[in-house]
Amino acid sequence: MEDISLYMLDLVQNSIAAGATIIEISVIEDVQNDKLILSIKDNGRGMDPQMVKKITDPFYTTRTTRRVGLGLAFAEAAAQACDGGIYISSQPGKGTEVRVEFKYHHIDRPPLGRIDQTIAALVACNPSIEFVYTHIAPGGRLRFDSREVQQRLEGLPIDHPDVVEWIREYIGEGIDEISGGGGV
Amino acid sequence: MKSLKELEEIRQRALESVNLRKERNGTRIVVGMGTCGIAAGARPVLLAFLEEVKKRNLQDVIVTQTGCIGMCRFEPMAEVYKPGEDKVTYVKLTPEKVRRIVAEHIVNGRPVTEFTIGAADQQ
Ligand SMILES: Nc1ncnc2c1ncn2[C@@H]1O[C@H](COP(=O)(O)OP(=O)(O)O)[C@@H](O)[C@H]1O
Ligand SMILES: [Mg+2]
Repeated sequence: MEDISLYMLDLVQNSIAAGATIIEISVIEDVQNDKLILSIKDNGRGMDPQMVKKITDPFYTTRTTRRVGLGLAFAEAAAQACDGGIYISSQPGKGTEVRVEFKYHHIDRPPLGRIDQTIAALVACNPSIEFVYTHIAPGGRLRFDSREVQQRLEGLPIDHPDVVEWIREYIGEGIDEISGGGGV
Repeated sequence: MKSLKELEEIRQRALESVNLRKERNGTRIVVGMGTCGIAAGARPVLLAFLEEVKKRNLQDVIVTQTGCIGMCRFEPMAEVYKPGEDKVTYVKLTPEKVRRIVAEHIVNGRPVTEFTIGAADQQ
């Protein structure tokens, strides 16, 4: 994957596949501590400890012929290449949080990419899922909650093309403002 | 900064523009969003479908996503379902191909055979 916004899109697919109805996505640009954190938290079906071990324990996974899937392995490899890592906490029946951490100033750290496009695509295709997006950067904080938008629309579907376009612009401009313009 | 107030204008405008997707049993376009699909460019493909649908004001077309379709080497892929017709599977998509598919297949009813999985299989 080329950038953080594509890892985000891929990891959210896991939450959707797990039957989540609320998905909280956040990006924290903790420049002071030289960290970039992507976190996806969902209320999907969750995983038991063995499953979490299976998908995170490198010793376990190298002994099996192949990974359970590709997505988490990609994210983990990218994070580890940037002195970071991937952390999963999950409870069956409750939900899952996947946190991917990168060293912020690492030369190989993927750029943020088009987070506006990722969120717009997710909302457009999954109108009944609530997406909450929080972005914390040195220049401020952005928060988007698709349920708030839905309430304002009073019955107009949130996947109406004009609304989707508005969401994309709202997030794009919001991120530009707090990260000081331009894709980091 | 954009404000949530703008949503009220969008709502007004949308409600005034006649038939607000009363029933959504028209065409369905399903884009594969598995890891391989995303890595191969499924997001720009999906956005191109959304953009064309918006531009042409195609009110009875739904663009949606699914997980892995299971044929990684053909990604990005999309399936088109038109009522009463066989499913058409498009492979190795790009935003340019999407614009042709919308113009020729979605709007004019002629599938773009050269972009389908059948054509790719024969190569
Ligand atoms: N958010 C989640 N909730 C529940 N299960 C998950 C979640 N994320 C990952 N998993 C489990 O881990 C497996 C591996 O995920 P991944 O590496 O993304 O590969 P894939 O999505 O192709 O299966 C998934 O198939 C699923 O069983
Ligand atoms: Mg996955």
